[in-house]
Amino acid sequence: MGQKTVLYNLHQGAGGKLVDFGGWDMPINYGSQIEEHHQVRRRAGVFDVSHMTVIDVDGSDARAYLRTLLANDVARLDHTLGKALYSCMLNPEGGVIDDVIVYRLDNCYRLVANCATRDKDLAWMAERATGFDVTLNERQELAIIAVQGPEAISKVQSIASHAQANAISGLKVFTSAQSEGWFIARTGYTGEDGLEIMLHNDQAPALWQDVVAAGAVPCGLAARDTLRLEAGMNLYGQEMDENTSPLVANLAWTVALEDPERDFIGRAAIEQQRAQQGPDTKLVGLVLRERGILRAGQNVSIAGGDTSGIITSGTFSPTLGFSIALARVPRTIGTSAEVTLRNKQVPVEVVKPGFVRHGDALV
Amino acid sequence: MSEIRNELKYLPSHEWARVEENGSVTVGISDHAQQSLGDVVFVETPELGSTVSAGEEAGVVESVKAASDIYSPVSGEVIAINEALEDSPEQVNESPYDDGWLFKVQPSDVSELEDALDADGYQNAVEAEE
Repeated sequence: MGQKTVLYNLHQGAGGKLVDFGGWDMPINYGSQIEEHHQVRRRAGVFDVSHMTVIDVDGSDARAYLRTLLANDVARLDHTLGKALYSCMLNPEGGVIDDVIVYRLDNCYRLVANCATRDKDLAWMAERATGFDVTLNERQELAIIAVQGPEAISKVQSIASHAQANAISGLKVFTSAQSEGWFIARTGYTGEDGLEIMLHNDQAPALWQDVVAAGAVPCGLAARDTLRLEAGMNLYGQEMDENTSPLVANLAWTVALEDPERDFIGRAAIEQQRAQQGPDTKLVGLVLRERGILRAGQNVSIAGGDTSGIITSGTFSPTLGFSIALARVPRTIGTSAEVTLRNKQVPVEVVKPGFVRHGDALV
Repeated sequence: MSEIRNELKYLPSHEWARVEENGSVTVGISDHAQQSLGDVVFVETPELGSTVSAGEEAGVVESVKAASDIYSPVSGEVIAINEALEDSPEQVNESPYDDGWLFKVQPSDVSELEDALDADGYQNAVEAEE
């Protein structure tokens, strides 16, 4: 018996198969996860992501605090109200505590973190706030509904108020706006265009029902995983954890080192890793065109006999019709490798992490 | 709730067996099994003409979520495999007892099925699992 979002009854009513996810009872699918995945790529799907952690950071030192807390630099948000930034939060050893998105709002910064890491994130952030004039305000009363797909934005606009629809029209990708009780971000975890809307729990069931009535199909966590993996997006706990440097998780681009005066937590460790020719592993994509499914934990071996590679996430790609994976492998890997499936070795192609973009195959 | 067909025999590993008029035995997986597995994407049937043994692995049904070994309820020669599953593996989910059949066996000893569960026995087995 886990925590329930305010949409729990609606999930049950829609035939959602509810499973435990980080202590919450969440729908893994409502029927065919493959069909849900296709709906997001072709039209629009709607996801309840209210289990995620939302923390508003305000106070006169909020910017300075976040510039020490996060590996990416919130100064990049200075010029654009509502803009979003994807960042890792590192420990002093340069390992990833969590990956987050931060938005600059007019009176605070809003940080969205993972569900399973909530307690440790809050404790860490509170501990690191010492000496800063900041307050951390967890927004437990907000639900989050993600509508994703080529028709997602138009469907939301069709059920929104005039002011909200206008606010949406002005939204660039990776920015946000607030209108009549909705916080609306043009962000997502599927590789498609779409919105993530935060609103008071009391208003959430009505929004969900309106969006579904407008034709967005309820989608569960299983589809969420196949979508994000096709898009080459990491999942905390699989591609990285506290013992993983962002440099071996395809996240070097999220670590902002340009300002030598910005001493963020973990900076010294990252710079040391970069100084010694860099780490000896990296995160790549794998493609298996034969029958079979790549799965987390399977071994990857490369020419020359190194068998140390490991798949961090793997699945069947509904859009491509074959299996894809992300894997941590030796930097010396070439364009092909072998993976040990249940009882045999299969050849895989090595590609950059990212397999589908706006519905089209990249591999 | 899953559908359990009264006229079939079942293994505790969730395969069903149907004795056809011509004496052959059709094999598939139950509605309960397909629900647990989720969307099926690959089906590996035994080779046409090969021999299978009762209680031994005969194939694999792989869903997005997991791979599941299929055990044959009877021994004998594999006389047919459901080739439609190559292009439409979702038939295993959509029609587990009909269009989603996996393979057919010419049994060497059809009395082996007496050891299998009837519908009530299978129902109990499923309920015990939940």
